Amino acid sequence: MTIKLGVPSKGRLMEKTFDWFADRGVTLARTGSEREYAGAVTGIDGIELVLLSAGEIPRELAAGRIHLGVTGSDLVREKLGLWEEKVGELAPMGFGHADLIIAVPKAWVDVTTLDDLDAVAAAFRRRHGFRLRIATKYHRLIRDYLRDNGVADYQLVDSQGATEGTVKNETAEAIADITSTGETLRANHLKVLSGGPVHRSQATLFKSRMAEWSKDDRRILTDLKDRLGLED
Amino acid sequence: MPDTLAKAQVRAEAARLLALFEGQGAQVVETPILQPAETLLDLYGEDIRARAYVTSDPMMGEAMLRPDFTVPVVQMHMAEGAEPARYTYAGEVFRKQEDDPHRAPEYMQVGYEVFDRANPAASDAEVFSVFSDILAPQGLRAATGDLGILLAAVRGLTTTERRRNALLRHLWRPRRFRALLDRFSGRAQNPEGRKALAAGDPFEGMDAPVIGLRSRDEIEERIAALREDMTTPPIPESEVALLNDLLSMRETMTNVCENLRDLAVDMPSIMGAVERFSARCKALEARGVDVENLDFEGSFGRTTLEYYDGFVFGFYAASRPDLPPVATGGRYDALTRVLGRGSEIPAVGGVIRPELLLAAGGAA
Repeated sequence: MTIKLGVPSKGRLMEKTFDWFADRGVTLARTGSEREYAGAVTGIDGIELVLLSAGEIPRELAAGRIHLGVTGSDLVREKLGLWEEKVGELAPMGFGHADLIIAVPKAWVDVTTLDDLDAVAAAFRRRHGFRLRIATKYHRLIRDYLRDNGVADYQLVDSQGATEGTVKNETAEAIADITSTGETLRANHLKVLSGGPVHRSQATLFKSRMAEWSKDDRRILTDLKDRLGLED
Repeated sequence: MPDTLAKAQVRAEAARLLALFEGQGAQVVETPILQPAETLLDLYGEDIRARAYVTSDPMMGEAMLRPDFTVPVVQMHMAEGAEPARYTYAGEVFRKQEDDPHRAPEYMQVGYEVFDRANPAASDAEVFSVFSDILAPQGLRAATGDLGILLAAVRGLTTTERRRNALLRHLWRPRRFRALLDRFSGRAQNPEGRKALAAGDPFEGMDAPVIGLRSRDEIEERIAALREDMTTPPIPESEVALLNDLLSMRETMTNVCENLRDLAVDMPSIMGAVERFSARCKALEARGVDVENLDFEGSFGRTTLEYYDGFVFGFYAASRPDLPPVATGGRYDALTRVLGRGSEIPAVGGVIRPELLLAAGGAA
């Protein structure tokens, strides 16, 4: 008779999420010792708090093991195929802003747009004998974006961290990553391609379309949406 | 799929088709299900990761579950085959269906491939008519196309080699092709940033070092190319119009033959391809194919994963527009050129999906 709300288990994302709910009269709190991942919800009945890594929340929503979840809009799009069929966006939460961008060396004065990147990829492959490497951990988002824009002759190489350093280290020619201020890019002599980011991400409250929603569950959701001031 | 058929039934149908192809003199071959990923990635690019299942093996590295038979069959033929050769095979292929979960990610294909350089028109006609005869009882709609004509038309455009190559490279990506054609013909603006490269030293004031594998040489080479491109006159309007006529052509094969001859008067570059087209027409007729009622579409075959560069065809269940094509095929000389590292074997072939054939038969 409860619905499960998954929120990030640590860090600024957790704190900001707690603040966002608190501002709307719903108190989320961790309980037990500091190391125990348990939580409680007060101010509204029927909601159970589940603390999870932000990266796992999309999967749990898609599996229907949690009814609601807070995570980055980028993570949902990256980790779930046909995400719109599995989850619905209830509310963008106004924090955790980050843009997924594609960046190339600043010294590539001949490259401004994706169109240039495509042409450079073709020339690079001819010269070096392999496809131009783009380091990223956002494989699905970047591949879909490049396919939609008709970019060819590239390859994605996996980079789970320090992605901005891969160009200088010659393990990639370009990168695709999340950036909020662009400082790390500048420090690593990279520039962002024009034409807007691949995705503008922010923390978002999602609803699972895969979870079982009993009549009672739906009533709880309606209550919660009322409390949060969300449209039906 | 709503009417998923029992696997045994599909296997029996596959065996029947395999026997029919064998009856045409084809040798039955098998290929491994696990294919080295590298070859397929180099051929199809990163996009194939969205379509094929990638797995990894501690010894062979990245591997893919066979997304088609063409590549391994070509490789096998090039390594050990004698010419001419006809092959047939039956087995599962695996394709992720991220955009359409209702389509099967694993299905049977039965194929027929002809490696014969003696008479390409006759080989094209042979493959098509073998398929057409086998599929006749289901009353499928056939459509054909010819990428060879498109390639010839692009190669004949009055412009620089660089622009022609850019268009050829994107022939299989229609949107990108269109964007480039618009720009090269002066209908669309150059992308931003180009003007700044036109004059002076683009490196002036650059405070960042050249990092990574792409050298300053390569950057300067491209700047020179872009500067040359900025002074290149647009592709003449009349040539773009002819190319558009070609791309939007939808006619029966007999009518196309006449239309193409008219087009070739203004577009001499396609003459050779048009002659190959009419030779194929005659060869099809000689095999009893009703070319007067066979559809031809100018853009057919431009959006497939395959590497077709000549004659292309597909068979569709008219009563079941929800189904993918029951059979597809075409000529893929370019693929043998890439896989053969220079040596080339003219090749044409196609596949039937037995499950779809059964479904189409049931609906007919």
